[in-house]
Amino acid sequence: MAESNFNNLPHDAIVVEGVSKQFGNITAVDNLSFTVPRGELFGIIGPDGAGKTTLFRLLTSLMHPTEGNAYVDGLHTVRDYKLIRQRVGYMPGKFSLYQDMSVRENLEFFASVFGTTIEENYELIKDIYCRLEPFADRKAGKLSGGMKQKLALCCALIHAPSVLFLDEPTTGVDPSSRREFWDMLTRLREHNITIIVSTAYMDEASRCDRVAMMNNGRFISTDTPFNIIRKFDKTLLAIRADNMFQLLNDIRRLDFVDSCYTFGEYHHATINQQTDENTKEKMEQILTSQYHHTNLHINECTPTLEDCFILYSR
Amino acid sequence: MNVIEVRNLVKKFGDFTAVNNISFDVRKGEIFGFLGANGAGKTTAMRMLCGLSTPTAGEGRVAGYDIWTEAELIKRNIGYMSQRFSLYNDLSVIDNIKFFAGIYGVDKTTMQRRSNELLTRLNLEKERNLMVESLPQGWKQKLAFSIAIFHNPQIVFLDEPTGGVDPETRRQFWEMIYEAANQGITIFVTTHYMDEAEYCNRVSMMVDGRIEALDSPAMLKSRYNASSMSDVFDIIARGETNL
Repeated sequence: MAESNFNNLPHDAIVVEGVSKQFGNITAVDNLSFTVPRGELFGIIGPDGAGKTTLFRLLTSLMHPTEGNAYVDGLHTVRDYKLIRQRVGYMPGKFSLYQDMSVRENLEFFASVFGTTIEENYELIKDIYCRLEPFADRKAGKLSGGMKQKLALCCALIHAPSVLFLDEPTTGVDPSSRREFWDMLTRLREHNITIIVSTAYMDEASRCDRVAMMNNGRFISTDTPFNIIRKFDKTLLAIRADNMFQLLNDIRRLDFVDSCYTFGEYHHATINQQTDENTKEKMEQILTSQYHHTNLHINECTPTLEDCFILYSR
Repeated sequence: MNVIEVRNLVKKFGDFTAVNNISFDVRKGEIFGFLGANGAGKTTAMRMLCGLSTPTAGEGRVAGYDIWTEAELIKRNIGYMSQRFSLYNDLSVIDNIKFFAGIYGVDKTTMQRRSNELLTRLNLEKERNLMVESLPQGWKQKLAFSIAIFHNPQIVFLDEPTGGVDPETRRQFWEMIYEAANQGITIFVTTHYMDEAEYCNRVSMMVDGRIEALDSPAMLKSRYNASSMSDVFDIIARGETNL
């Protein structure tokens, strides 16, 4: 069984100590230090160019850091790169399976590269692979987006890795398939696999044990989703009316509003802390009488991780 | 007025029916969300509407032109942008504008005037000679969208324009969409973000080549007794439509 391989491993699956990566005069990863304990589902979120993919490449030994040291399972990412490559699974952001090989052929290929067989670690991929089995003979290039991601996950898992790196695994995947994919990740934790995953979807980030918000090569904040949300210290209002575009611009004109952004069927507005209790009434009054909005609804609401991300980005 | 009219449109590949008898209209100035699971047939349908692929059967008019006989005229009168293809990274900002303006047959004087307006509006005057590659993603996207509507098309097709884009950048992009729609440009957009489905006037849900539902987000939520578009998507995409 897969779990038995992981005995006597250090408590921390990932240890990063002062790691930097320079490309010319661009610092992609900037003096980063963090640890990920074994078995954790660790999420990384951040804008394009934050350094997420570079960090994945450093940790999977595909790139050398300019400075600092990083360890996976206690192994050094530069000195012990061969050992690291045997024990980690990596699903890059870009689909990188063989398009002209069938589902089964891809999986057999990745198993054989790592000197194992599909049968040996079938238990680990069973939940995921059973959804693919009806299409075992279909070429990987002919699969739908959701199916491709499931196959890529199977291929990254087939050698029973102790640490799994997933770089934006669900980009371009529809909402139902995304949820299924994350249900699978959650079940993988029963096998004590440590998972490092980056995502642009905040509903996915909310399902991680801890989330690091990355920008300009650094972690701005690393905590549980619960704690990140708890630290959101502004009053947040959810507002809607008939003309949503006009509403957005009008709310931004109010001097007691810090920021206003679209949020599904509502707009969310953060309020200056100095404001008194009657902000809601005051806003209601101005938006109806001065800006003539109709069907106006204003409610105080609890922030989500998405609100926190937006607040941090500004 | 309708900018898109589709009747009984079908597309088959061999014995596989990718688009199975769909009919719908899109009104002028509307933000129309074209939703569905991976593999439901969205891209195939969209390619027919853009004049890039011939239907197997059915009828359709886009921007006033027939999808069977006037595909070239359709291409000239629409804009198109996707996550995968938008701009040339190794061309400068101004060269990208010139290139696409040229393709769409915008004359030189109009091109010069509008490109200056565009660079001012996007606050990109200083970057006009920079390679697009060196721009942050948010700027790239705004530029790509502005270029897609540079020739003043009646309608712009956006194929997952925000795939893999962070929450803040996605919002900036959608504000541009709102603004374009406000100026009368019809928006036809696919997305996998269900909060973005809420920004559409109407959305259609495609399942296995058919349009299973089409209405405003509010009506869909009430019909399926769902609290969010994400729930509506789950209900329809998983075929639990016996409500």
